Amino acid sequence: MTEPVQVLVRDKDGKEGAPFTLNMGPQHPAAHGVLRLILEMDGEVVERADPHIGLLHRGTEKLIEHKTYTQALPYFDRLDYVAPMASEQCFSLAIERLLGITPPERAQVIRVLYAEISRLLNHILAVTTFALDLGAITPALWGFEEREKLMGFYERVSGARMHANYIRAGGVARDLPDGLLEDIEAFCDPFLKLLDDLETLLTNNRIFKQRTVDIGILTKEEAIAWGASGAMLRASGVAWDLRKSQPYDGYEMYDFDIPVGTTGDCYARYLVRMAEMRQSVRIIRQCITRMPTGRVMVDDFKVAMPEREAIEKSMEALIHHFKLASEGYRVPQGATYTAIEAPKGEFGVYLVADGTNKPYRCKIRPPSFAHLQLLPLLAKDHMLADVVAIIGSLDIVFGEIDR
Amino acid sequence: MRDRGALAEAVCGVLGESAAQVLLERDEVTVIVPSEKLVEVMTALRDDPRTAFHQLMDVGGVDYLARTPRFDVAYQLLSLQQNARLTVIAQTDDAVPSVVGVYPSAGWFEREAFDLLGIMFDGHPDLRRLLTDYGFEGHPLRRDFPLMGFEEKVYDDLHARVVSQPVTLQQDYRAFDALSPWQGLTDVQKREGGA
Repeated sequence: MTEPVQVLVRDKDGKEGAPFTLNMGPQHPAAHGVLRLILEMDGEVVERADPHIGLLHRGTEKLIEHKTYTQALPYFDRLDYVAPMASEQCFSLAIERLLGITPPERAQVIRVLYAEISRLLNHILAVTTFALDLGAITPALWGFEEREKLMGFYERVSGARMHANYIRAGGVARDLPDGLLEDIEAFCDPFLKLLDDLETLLTNNRIFKQRTVDIGILTKEEAIAWGASGAMLRASGVAWDLRKSQPYDGYEMYDFDIPVGTTGDCYARYLVRMAEMRQSVRIIRQCITRMPTGRVMVDDFKVAMPEREAIEKSMEALIHHFKLASEGYRVPQGATYTAIEAPKGEFGVYLVADGTNKPYRCKIRPPSFAHLQLLPLLAKDHMLADVVAIIGSLDIVFGEIDR
Repeated sequence: MRDRGALAEAVCGVLGESAAQVLLERDEVTVIVPSEKLVEVMTALRDDPRTAFHQLMDVGGVDYLARTPRFDVAYQLLSLQQNARLTVIAQTDDAVPSVVGVYPSAGWFEREAFDLLGIMFDGHPDLRRLLTDYGFEGHPLRRDFPLMGFEEKVYDDLHARVVSQPVTLQQDYRAFDALSPWQGLTDVQKREGGA
């Protein structure tokens, strides 16, 4: 390893050795969005890091308070725009909990299928851009090709490549088109092959390991105390996954393993994400084989839009359609904190309903927010180039941090 | 996930007199505590093996404009050992003690609640604004803060820079109140299949 460069900085009184303040961002290719970092440097070594966030703040929580539950759902696509359906699923589960409804089985399997597709979307981006930050461009080129296919699956089911607005309270917006499941099945094998190829590029790559092993170590105790979740927590050696411990949408019926790291460094986080992708493919395969028939939305006009045909033939269906489109459904008074295992970690919604058609308060708990908070801790006493590696391994997205 | 009855019992055992109110809704347990005892309560919930809430996942403020005290501060605790969740609510008009000393993860969440709702956290080491713009005034998530805000940024041709000016709308904000005067849509829970 090369020795850090010693830079002697004079402060305004001419005294040598004062910390050198460096502004990184808000537009920086390695910042994964609009992150402004104020770094106090001792030569090339970071003494203190102060992230400034909120440059993408759009007031999502405020806007949600002024929208009906149906209108609020698309905002969740725009939080974690790398894996949009994961956030949708969380909000839908929170509403369902307050309404006391359970979506039909087919809808649950479709949700799990798309939750795992979202996990693949997220982890491909996380791993390959992480490698890109460290100078390896090939994984990103390969990975984005696969992401494009996965976004094609999003489009075929919802009409939109990213902002799907597909997982709704009570089920999903519409049924799967013909032939989609066969195409997803056909996607699985070549994708596993691609993961193998990616691993040949990265896992034993000398440069990659030099940049990630023992960099940004998060101990088990720190991970727990700082509210880390998801891959961050697992890479530090805590076997915890909400899909196993607090299952939702029928995750208890699937057979999959939880990869757990031991060292808690950037390399361990990379390994955990790679292993998780293989498990996601396993779950996707199980979804395809077990896909039951039946409705994809609760059979209840009070929540679900009536079908087009019913609207044309039945007065009652027409009235319900009008009421749902204008007023929306009312959610009984109450509060819930509902959390799911989103690709980045625990995504939670604290939803307070006051009995009207709009949420009274919707506090969103984004996993990236808690993880970015760790950056000053992880970056301390590391070199500037390692900060880039640490940010890449945190897997953050500013849509959900700034909200 | 741990049974809510057993959890509520354990929480009551740990907190004793400190819990003002324990609410059971669906499978969730919520405990309302007096804000002056907050740090003591959080420490007990974290350190007692019966509860072992080692993680603070979220801090969220709720503004009940017409109520006294005005704000709810909701802390979401998670126990990895007990596989349990708990919502701790402290009510206040202006300030609650900071729990950063108990849970370091509270740091940014409390800064966010201060920024967006104007709730003060006594003893917070670094209570700066977090999400809003540099030099922003007001607390946007308060119920009496208008959705459109007060100021907007525009580019000033004359001075060739971005300046703030009072918000002007090209058309009035359309706030539709579609809420029907009839009860109508609230009988969902009574139907079959409801939990």
